[in-house]
Amino acid sequence: MSDPTPLASLMQGNEAVARAALAAGVSFYAGYPITPSTEIAEYMARYLPEVGGIFIQMEDEISSLAAVIGASVAGSRAMTATSGPGFSLMQENLGFAVMAEVPLLLVNVMRQGPSTGMPTAPGQGDVMQARWGSHGDRLLPVFVPATVSEAYDLTITALRWSEELSTPVVLLMDEVVGHLRERVVLPPQRPALPARRQPACPPEEYLPYRTGEDGVPVLATFGSEYRYNITGLVHDQRGLPSNSPRVAEDLLRRLRKKIVYRMDDFPPPEMYQSEGAEYLVIAYGGVARAARQAVRQARQEGLAAGIFRPVTLWPFPGEQLAAAAAGKKGVVIAEMNDGQLAVEIERWLPPECRRVYCLKNCGELIAPTEIFSALREVAGRV
Amino acid sequence: MSENWLSYFRPNTLPHMWCPGCGNGIAVQAMLRAIDKLQLDRNKVVVVGGIGCSSRAVSYLDFHTLHTTHGRAVAFATGIKMANPALTVFVVMGDGDASAIGGNHLIHAARRNIDLNLLVFNNSIYGMTGGQVSPLTPGGSKTTTSPYGAIDPPFDLVQLMKGAGATFIARSTTYHARLLSELIVRAVQHKGLSFVEAVTHCPTSFGRRNKMPDPVQMLEWQKQSGVLKEKYEQLAPEERVGKYPIGLLHVAQAPEYCETYAALLKARQQKPR
Repeated sequence: MSDPTPLASLMQGNEAVARAALAAGVSFYAGYPITPSTEIAEYMARYLPEVGGIFIQMEDEISSLAAVIGASVAGSRAMTATSGPGFSLMQENLGFAVMAEVPLLLVNVMRQGPSTGMPTAPGQGDVMQARWGSHGDRLLPVFVPATVSEAYDLTITALRWSEELSTPVVLLMDEVVGHLRERVVLPPQRPALPARRQPACPPEEYLPYRTGEDGVPVLATFGSEYRYNITGLVHDQRGLPSNSPRVAEDLLRRLRKKIVYRMDDFPPPEMYQSEGAEYLVIAYGGVARAARQAVRQARQEGLAAGIFRPVTLWPFPGEQLAAAAAGKKGVVIAEMNDGQLAVEIERWLPPECRRVYCLKNCGELIAPTEIFSALREVAGRV
Repeated sequence: MSENWLSYFRPNTLPHMWCPGCGNGIAVQAMLRAIDKLQLDRNKVVVVGGIGCSSRAVSYLDFHTLHTTHGRAVAFATGIKMANPALTVFVVMGDGDASAIGGNHLIHAARRNIDLNLLVFNNSIYGMTGGQVSPLTPGGSKTTTSPYGAIDPPFDLVQLMKGAGATFIARSTTYHARLLSELIVRAVQHKGLSFVEAVTHCPTSFGRRNKMPDPVQMLEWQKQSGVLKEKYEQLAPEERVGKYPIGLLHVAQAPEYCETYAALLKARQQKPR
């Protein structure tokens, strides 16, 4: 397709996600409108047909993710986007996709609050839902962009990992990034994502869920000569249901391991001025932008502060945090919720390290001055 | 049926998990007879199931099979068919699966007129969970969650699907198994959404609680209540009580969804940019 985009342009976060998805070869989108993610669906509805792709607006979020899974097993690179309430509705099928090992991208542009909350206001309330939202315990990679440019890059990263690990991947974006417009310089070359791997053995020898050491299955595309069964039930290497505790244990362990084993290859946390810092702000997504300003201000006042910003949120880069926090006098944990990631962060902090929480859960951005105040507090300069 | 009809089953997946006397095997056989008659390329056939007794059929059958979440089979199938319209897609669902939790997807698939072959194995009950009331449980029937007789009026899925825009609607029973198979053949040949209700029998969970513990009694019930459409239409209203029409009940012409989308794609890609 001819690229309608000049190399550098002003772009909204949601639009960056859609453009990246098209560039990475997404050929199927099924979704249901929900603020603040709607622009992604609108962009895809407009441009997917131009590249021969399929857009379908389904009757709800449950069917949206179901259709995405169906399209993926039929060979499409497939995605959907939603926001908190829709993300909740998708959790059952998200768990299915983990269990059945179906590659797909799910973008959640977070809004504020539980239930319908504040649809156009930013929040970071789905951090734990992304980790634990499905019943029965499951793990999938979750990436959190802080800038529009990063939203573009991480969309491609997420799609690549979904194929490489044969798993659903979540891009978790707060409304700040989703609706922000900033300058993005697009890479001159389109990312070349590898085609879906197909089995090489004779069809009669094919075992869809037999894996090598990396624990990743090679699932043939429906319509090929490799016929097999996909189910959300605990299944053996043939994909057939099993009630064996041994089969269950092997399967569930492998599903977790195949992701944890690749942790070191996931996007690393961003460290900003953390070298030589005495204090760390731990923030992610849109909040990390306010943290930057706060850190600059703190440095001006002689307070040695830096930032630890997770880019891969799950699996959580705990060892990197532990290394970064070692020897620090204190940390500020800033989130637009009542402290969801704080629970995970606490596990990795040295006990003697002081903590101050800078939490806001009202649909308003955390201002740089608020993080700056928290830094002063943790440094005992109040 | 070809001589080696067992070849339609995956090796080592039988015996099945259905109770003795269950009608699901007859319904599955009717479907396989149709596939055999049409000589469909097995590599181009997908069978999608929901959750419940009937949906467990998918893992036994040697096609591309997808056993999905409860009620969502039609939505999964929509994605498959859109992504590859060359595939022949069957969706096997139970009555509760299709019409309760999955009701929304059922009507929207009909509205779109997407070329899926929906088969609802209607055994009047939730069998796998042990016999609870379903939207298709006949009024007054006893189930574990309607111990005093069902007071919810049952759905007429034929009318529901007609109202939603389905272009092929048929119904048969496991007693009328040959007819069921013929209807499935025609459903596959039909371009657009095909809906076939297969009334089947569950002596274990339904019959036992409703004075039909023997599968033969349940088949007798089907024989008496399922009346060919032409005959049914001649019955007086009072004669229709407890009876329902079977056969090809509705056919209409409407644009098929995948074809409409293909036309849209063609138009967009020809447009100079």
